[in-house]
This record gives sequence, structure tokens and C-alpha cells, in this order.
Amino acid sequence: MLKDITLGQYFPGDTVVHRLDPRTKLVLTLVYIAALFMVGSWGGYALVFAALASVAAVAHIRPRALLKGLKPLVFIIVFTAVLNLFFTGGDDILFQWRSIHVTWSGLKRAVSMVLRILLLVSGTFMLTYTTSPLAITDGLEKLLSPLKKLHVPVYELSLMMCIALRFIPTLIEETDRIMSAQKARGADLETGTLPERAKALLPLLIPLFISSFRRADELALAMECRCYNGGEGRTRMKQLRMAWQDGVAFALGAALVAGILLLRRLGI
Amino acid sequence: MDPIIRIKNISYTYPDADRPALDGVSLDIMPGTFTAVLGSNGSGKSTLAKHLNAILVPAGGKVFVDGMDTADEGNLLAIRRQVGMVFQNPDNQIVANVVEDDVAFAPENLGVEPKEIRRRVDEALKSVGMYEFRMHAPHLLSGGQKQRVAIAGVLAMDPDVLVLDEPTAMLDPRGRREVIAAVETLCRERGITVVLITHHMDEAVRADRVLVLDKGRIVLDGTPQQIFPQTAALQALRLTVPDTVALMSRLNAAGMDLPMDALTPAECAAAILEALQ
Ligand SMILES: Nc1ncnc2c1ncn2[C@@H]1O[C@H](COP(=O)(O)OP(=O)(O)OP(=O)(O)O)[C@@H](O)[C@H]1O
Ligand SMILES: [Mg+2]
Repeated sequence: MLKDITLGQYFPGDTVVHRLDPRTKLVLTLVYIAALFMVGSWGGYALVFAALASVAAVAHIRPRALLKGLKPLVFIIVFTAVLNLFFTGGDDILFQWRSIHVTWSGLKRAVSMVLRILLLVSGTFMLTYTTSPLAITDGLEKLLSPLKKLHVPVYELSLMMCIALRFIPTLIEETDRIMSAQKARGADLETGTLPERAKALLPLLIPLFISSFRRADELALAMECRCYNGGEGRTRMKQLRMAWQDGVAFALGAALVAGILLLRRLGI
Repeated sequence: MDPIIRIKNISYTYPDADRPALDGVSLDIMPGTFTAVLGSNGSGKSTLAKHLNAILVPAGGKVFVDGMDTADEGNLLAIRRQVGMVFQNPDNQIVANVVEDDVAFAPENLGVEPKEIRRRVDEALKSVGMYEFRMHAPHLLSGGQKQRVAIAGVLAMDPDVLVLDEPTAMLDPRGRREVIAAVETLCRERGITVVLITHHMDEAVRADRVLVLDKGRIVLDGTPQQIFPQTAALQALRLTVPDTVALMSRLNAAGMDLPMDALTPAECAAAILEALQ
């Protein structure tokens, strides 16, 4: 049952978006987020939405997958909407009931905040849905490599991320196994009050903890045996390479920013 | 020919232990040979293995790998590259979440050119029969497949020696057969020197030479044909004998006159057939 947990929700595919260099996608995601905060008109939101929809279409991401990803955010979205709707001041009162009043500017603000959150999160999904976690790690490492000069252990951090990703399924499998073993001995993990259930988890976590330390020990030994001695002087089998498609992607990103600024200027 | 590994009277005691784990071991291993190491739990097999690629450095005595002293820090990477080491639990040796990326780990550490890494990765995966799985996620493979990926991971360093510490202990019979077959092919066809630590006698039977450790010393050393007929000595060391030898000795006890050095099932069957005719 624990095995059903999906991670990083990467949907493998072979579209142009999937094949873009991870660095391009990382940088463009940042550009997209910045652009979103430059939006100053409804036309701007429409443009960002159009851009998002085209990327999703090219990458074969179905709207359903996006909505599913947005589901956990319902609470934050409702909260933001309510907060902006009822607590924005102004004289342009839309309707009033006892001490509660909603203003035009409040409505506008609520809608624009909700749009902003939806577009922001959906935009980052474009990155994680089309790029494997490993590629993201690789891209981040390359982008952050100038920090090596400041003695930031960029390579080590990215290796840590890779190893964590590699061991998550193994540890989930192990948790499943320990859970079955405890259940077979009569442990009850599913009923009872919260403190009772938390207490029942203890015999699950302790063996998991101990075995993780043993694994870490063995893995470190195995890595040493395979000549691991830090990031210094290391080469990579798979070189990241930019292609002309990446150039086009950057141009489109720039066009999006320009378009938003123009619409803002025109007030559309 | 010079031995690829030369061990001169080494001893080693773990920091918090009261008796030595290795106590005066001397040993020469010739290139291209297949050596099996046997011994009961705690006899010092793993400790010996860790001396072969400078994970441990002997407290007394010397270990030379291809002429390089393991006590010399400057030789460390050269020795580790030369002597590949595979452990019991395949899950805890695989670092990446794609098979080919994992196999590339060692040559990447060594700073090999990307093109050459690609070539070595493909070759290593082919030589253990895992090339078709190069894009797979390791956690979805069977135990025997994972262990073969782990072997490919050290082969990519292009080592002369392969040391395997109970590589089949966690595998089912089928996984064991796959792994041992792969190891034997590497030794016989590519001339890689193999040191196999095992509790399975049927694996040791295939070796050129069998070493038996007890309390940190080598107590028996010879060909499988010389070692395995010594059933009394092996049992005194808390070791089992191969099924074939057990069968022969029981038949002999029952009055037959069979040779004790027919070790493989095929040889054993032939010997019994001959005696019956
Ligand atoms: N890290 C350690 N610290 C202290 N003592 C150790 C350590 N590792 C092993 N020993 C001790 O050294 C001796 C030899 O251990 P070693 O692991 O080499 O045996 P082994 O033959 O590999 O056994 P097994 O068949 O169980 O793997 C044992 O007495 C063991 O208890
Ligand atoms: Mg051992």
C-alpha cells in the first residue's frame, strides 16, 4: 500500500518539452515566476494562462493531471480568497450585510491572488512533470556550480539528493515489511486515539532507523570501494548539452515577459 | 609470473576487540585464478577481504597489490581501481536510480572521459548480461539482477581482481546461479582474478583453489579436490561439505569404494555409474 506513493510526479515522455535541457527548464521556471509577479492587468493573466496551456499541450500534460496536483492546495486557495474578499477596504461597496461588506477592489484582488497561486503552482508542475528528479538534480548542480568557488559543496549536495531519491523506494519497501511483521504479531496501527497510534508507530520507526544507519554505513563503504573521493576531478558520463530548441525556449520566455510588460503599459 | 596479490604475514585487531581478527596470514594470489575462501562465522573472511583493497591496513605485515603497498596512502585510488569489491546486500551498493548511471559511478569518480565511460558501462553491463536493463530502476530488479548490476559497477573500473564477500547470501537459488555463472565467465573468459568468499560449498567447488580460515588463520589451503575429501577436518571447523562429497562418503561408509574427489554433480554421477558397472 505504501508503494503507491508517487514521487516528484514525473510523467516520462518524449516531447520537445521533455527533451529540453534541465537547466533551460529550471531557468525558464524562474523567469515564469518572475513574469507572473510583473502581471498588472487582466490581459496579462490571460497571456500567462495561454503560455501555460500551450506548454501543457506540447508536453501532453492533461488538464486532469494538473487539477489533481492542485487539489492539495484547495485550503490555501479558499483561505486567500476569503481573506482578500472580506478584508479589503474601499468605498466601492458591492454588497453589505451587517458588519460584513465586500468591495469591488476586494473581489478583484481575491480573483487576482487566486489566479496568481494557480498559475504559479501549475507552472512549476510543468517542470516537475516533464523532468526526471535526477535531471533536475543534474541541472541544479550545473547551475549552482559557480558557488563551488565560495566553497559550497554543490556536488556533494546533489549526490545527497540522488541517493535520497534512490533509497526512498527501498525504505518504503522496508517499512511495508516491518509493518506486516508487526501486524502479524498483533500490533494495531490503524485504530485507537492519536497518541495510541503514535505509540504503536514506535516499534515501526526504531527498526527502520537502525536499518537505515546500517545501510548508510554499507553504502559509504561500497562508494569508497568504487573510488569515491569527493567531487574533485570527477567527470560525468552524460553531459548536459543545449540544442537549438533551448534557444527557442529562451526566446519564447523573453517574449512572454515582454508581452506582460506591454499589456501592463497599455492597461489591457 | 608474479602474484597479483601478495600478503606477507599480516595481523589485524579491531579497535575494541580482545582477540585479533587476522593472526599471521600469508598468501599469494596468482593472476587469472579463482580462489574460494571458506570459514565459519567470525573466522576473519571479511576482514581479509577488506585488506585486499586497502579498506583496512594491516597492523603487522604487508599487503601488496600488483606490487603496490596498501599501507601507502598515495596508492589508495590505484589499488581500489585494481581490486573491485562486491558485498552481500546489493541494495546497499547501488547509488543511482537508473542502472547505467549507477554503473557509471566509479569511472566518473576516476575522472574518465565521458565517451570512454559510456563504452565501459556498456561493456560491463553486457559482460554480466544486464545490458537490456540499462535504463531500469534498480529497485524493480530481482536480487540476482541487482547483484549483477553491482558487479558491473565495479567492472567499469576495469579491475584486474574481483573480490566478492558472500555475494549470493541474500539471493534465491536462481539468483545465486546467475551471479556465480557471471563471475565464472569473468574469470575464465576475461582472465579476471576472482576471490570469492562464500558459505555455499557448491560454489567453492568451482574454484581453482580453496582457502579455509579459522580464528584469523589459514588452516587449509589447496585445490577443491584436496580440501573437500577431508570431511572430518571440515566438520571440526564447523563447515559443511558439498552434497556430492557427503553422498560419496555415506556410500563409502555403506561399503562402496568411490573416489572422494569427484566434486561436481556430473563427476559424481559418472563415478557412481562406473562403480556400479
Ligand atoms: N567492526 C568491527 N569491530 C570490532 N570487531 C569486529 C568488527 N568486524 C568484525 N569484528 C570481529 O572480527 C572477527 C572477524 O570478523 P569477520 O567479519 O572478518 O568474520 P567473517 O569470517 O567475515 O564472518 P561472517 O561469516 O559472519 O561474515 C569476528 O570475531 C568479529 O566479531
Ligand atoms: Mg563476513
